[in-house]
Amino acid sequence: MSKNTEIKRHRQERMLNFGIVIVSLLAALIIGALLFLIAKGNPFKAYAVMFTKPFTSTFGMTEILVRAAPLMFVGLGIAIAFRSGILNIGAEGQILMGAIAGAAVALAFPDMPKIILLPMVFLASFIGGALWGGIAGWMRSYLNVNEILSTVMLNYIAIQVYMFFIRGPLIDPKEVSYGTGVPQTAVFSKNAWLTRLIPGTRLHTGIFIAIVLAVLVYILLWKTTIGYRMRAVGIEPKAARAAGMNVKAYLLLAMLLSGGFAGMAGAIEITGIHHRAMESISAGYGFSGIVVALFGGLHPLGIIPSSALFGLLIVGSDMMQRAVNVPASIILSIQGLVILSLVSSQNFLTNPRFKEKILKIFDSKSKTRNLKKGGRA
Amino acid sequence: MVEKINHLEMQHITKRFPGVLALDDVSIELKKSEILALLGENGAGKTTLMNVLYGLYHQDEGSIFINDKIIEIESPINAMENHIGMVHQHFMLVPNLTVIENIALGYFQDTRFKLDLNLVRTKIMEIAKKYGMAVDPEAYIWQLSVGEQQRVELVKALTLGANLLILDEPTAALTPQQTDELIELLKEMARQDNSIIFISHKLNEVKSVSNRISVLRNGKLVHEGDTVSYTVSELAEEMAGRQINLPKSPEKLEFGEVMLDMKDIWAYNDQGGWGLQGLNLQLKAGEIMGIAGVSGNGQRELADVVSGVRKVEKGNILIDNWNITNHTASQIIERGMGYIPEDRLHEGSLPGFSVRENLILKDYNSSQISSSIFLKKKVIDKFANNLIETYNIKCPDMNTSCASLSGGNIQKVILAREITRNPKVLIAAYPIRGLDIGAAEYVHNRLIEAREAGMAILLISEELEEILDLSDRIGVIYEGAILKVLPGRGTDYKEIGLLMAGVIDE
Repeated sequence: MSKNTEIKRHRQERMLNFGIVIVSLLAALIIGALLFLIAKGNPFKAYAVMFTKPFTSTFGMTEILVRAAPLMFVGLGIAIAFRSGILNIGAEGQILMGAIAGAAVALAFPDMPKIILLPMVFLASFIGGALWGGIAGWMRSYLNVNEILSTVMLNYIAIQVYMFFIRGPLIDPKEVSYGTGVPQTAVFSKNAWLTRLIPGTRLHTGIFIAIVLAVLVYILLWKTTIGYRMRAVGIEPKAARAAGMNVKAYLLLAMLLSGGFAGMAGAIEITGIHHRAMESISAGYGFSGIVVALFGGLHPLGIIPSSALFGLLIVGSDMMQRAVNVPASIILSIQGLVILSLVSSQNFLTNPRFKEKILKIFDSKSKTRNLKKGGRA
Repeated sequence: MVEKINHLEMQHITKRFPGVLALDDVSIELKKSEILALLGENGAGKTTLMNVLYGLYHQDEGSIFINDKIIEIESPINAMENHIGMVHQHFMLVPNLTVIENIALGYFQDTRFKLDLNLVRTKIMEIAKKYGMAVDPEAYIWQLSVGEQQRVELVKALTLGANLLILDEPTAALTPQQTDELIELLKEMARQDNSIIFISHKLNEVKSVSNRISVLRNGKLVHEGDTVSYTVSELAEEMAGRQINLPKSPEKLEFGEVMLDMKDIWAYNDQGGWGLQGLNLQLKAGEIMGIAGVSGNGQRELADVVSGVRKVEKGNILIDNWNITNHTASQIIERGMGYIPEDRLHEGSLPGFSVRENLILKDYNSSQISSSIFLKKKVIDKFANNLIETYNIKCPDMNTSCASLSGGNIQKVILAREITRNPKVLIAAYPIRGLDIGAAEYVHNRLIEAREAGMAILLISEELEEILDLSDRIGVIYEGAILKVLPGRGTDYKEIGLLMAGVIDE
């Protein structure tokens, strides 16, 4: 094959990749449009709002980043675990354990200066999430319990433990004295608040922390001996073992780190947004984070844009719900459809046989077109 | 039903993969009752050509004719309908099902929902009888030996109606005796109007089984003709495109100190039985000791206990007079153990890692390669480039993923890594299994060099030729112990073959 045709082919393939993603998104949107029609909404208007409205206001744009920050934390944790060969489906529970641990520290030391208190809250959240993830890691390594099973089950337990704390020991004393009993902690002292960047919006410094950590995770996984071992264990445990690595210990370490990152997503939400721990704090970040990580190619630097994209999806669909006036459950369905279609498109993106077929069709088309042109001339 | 195959032609087949021309205008022809051997080094295109015939790939150019009619083979089901059957190198059998159930899986019956196993059984027995094969239809696959499983694959293909069989490296996992049996069986099948395409790079087998030979090199058909008119060494030359003689280790009388001493070693196998039962052996510096035996007699457990990934229940292992029994793998590596594992793709290398990262798999922790935490990028780059050059590893660059290399080049990566560490003891398990003759020559030369450099080498292999070529002494392993140690020179096949079967004549 000559160099020219190879370059041409390369270009065609890139176009095709782009095409596949667009087609899969369109498919999701078309199926979603049917749902809108059933609910008597206007799908065109809905989609226009979803993808453009977030960009028309400062609020919309900042809100994308607000959503992206926790997704990035969870996504990074998931990537560490998946790279090490362990499937962590328990980020949702780990977020809650991180949030409650961070909240406890924030409430216990209200007068500590900000520069000390905030890192302490994050550290506590990291440890809370790490311990919760570590349980699953330990069970996998030393009791041979499948981690998918254990992390999912631990999610249920985490929700109850979390609710116990915000209803009981950590409940806002005001809720008790007023007799309202809303399950939430007291508002933290301002020393445990992340700085808001733009007045009137919720954008806080958490997004920067997330980006810095993404770079650190990249360095950890690809530039250090620890990351080298974690990836080796993940790719081929047999070879890692033959090379003298302690496979079990590194699986456990991966789960500790993975849980810790999810835990810090909890810290971001309590210190950046709510300034207290309250019910339904996670908004499903633990599960969306898995998709963010996979869509970002399990690579820290891919997870940054991928979390922004999913932030847009969340914000856009919120705005759409208000604009088109359809039941909220439809919005969730659309999100699910988009995620499913993007993930399925991966299959086509990585299938050389399928690509070859499509390219061949285009080749033959362009040939006949050229012939026709020749005929006319 | 489509008529049986009397005449197959593949004409001007061309197949491109992104950036690679896998097949370039290849034509082969096969008539009824013929056995055609398809020879070639790894990556020459043999398997690609057969995958085109079996409907796994579709050719870019060229056509396939059966009985002089052009046909399109879109899928393996399509191929089976045209009476083409394939026995893959790695058997496609479900271990937890019986022989009958496995064959019934692909057997189309008229009754759509009812599984008529009796019909399948009758059919199997018919075929077993026709070719004189012993098959127990009720046996579970996991109970069968490799040779028996292969027979099941053959029966399966025939039961499903094939009369053209493609066999991809069928003898790779067989003992010499099983190989002879297979060759007889194939000849019998050919006599009864079947035709066979036999893919191999073992020249002696090709010579004894086939009528005609087609040789592929770099995706091109470089040679075809009748088997009888060529000698084995001529074929080897055609295959590699140059003359090749597998090296023999020069005779040596003086050896160094005892480097590996195994005393009365007992260890379990994966099934929970005894894999090693009181194994004793001593290996000296500068010596190659060959371990011959039928696979499954403790070779795997032997390599495992020495490299520290299997527990020793009883006995002691010493490396250079240092007791390493049940130490961790990393401690044993520190003590000077090098290991070229049997499973080079999953145990010897990390397929998803780059060549560069694979080359430091055992040294990533040394002070040269990394500071306490960080990998030293520049040092590693230099180290990797150096090894790639010294060991002539063929890869676009050091960041190429190891999985995309050929078997021979993966083995070079492993050799480079293990030998550069200059270990006291080097275990080489089946170091040329599945490699073409050019790569095998390379591996053997490197092992002989390592021997000259004073390493004590334990060579585990099932290819007697390899063992006789290289070994200073030969230990025959049988049921988890060394049955007898023979001198490396002046020992003949027959003597080893009998010992491998457990026969000692005093």
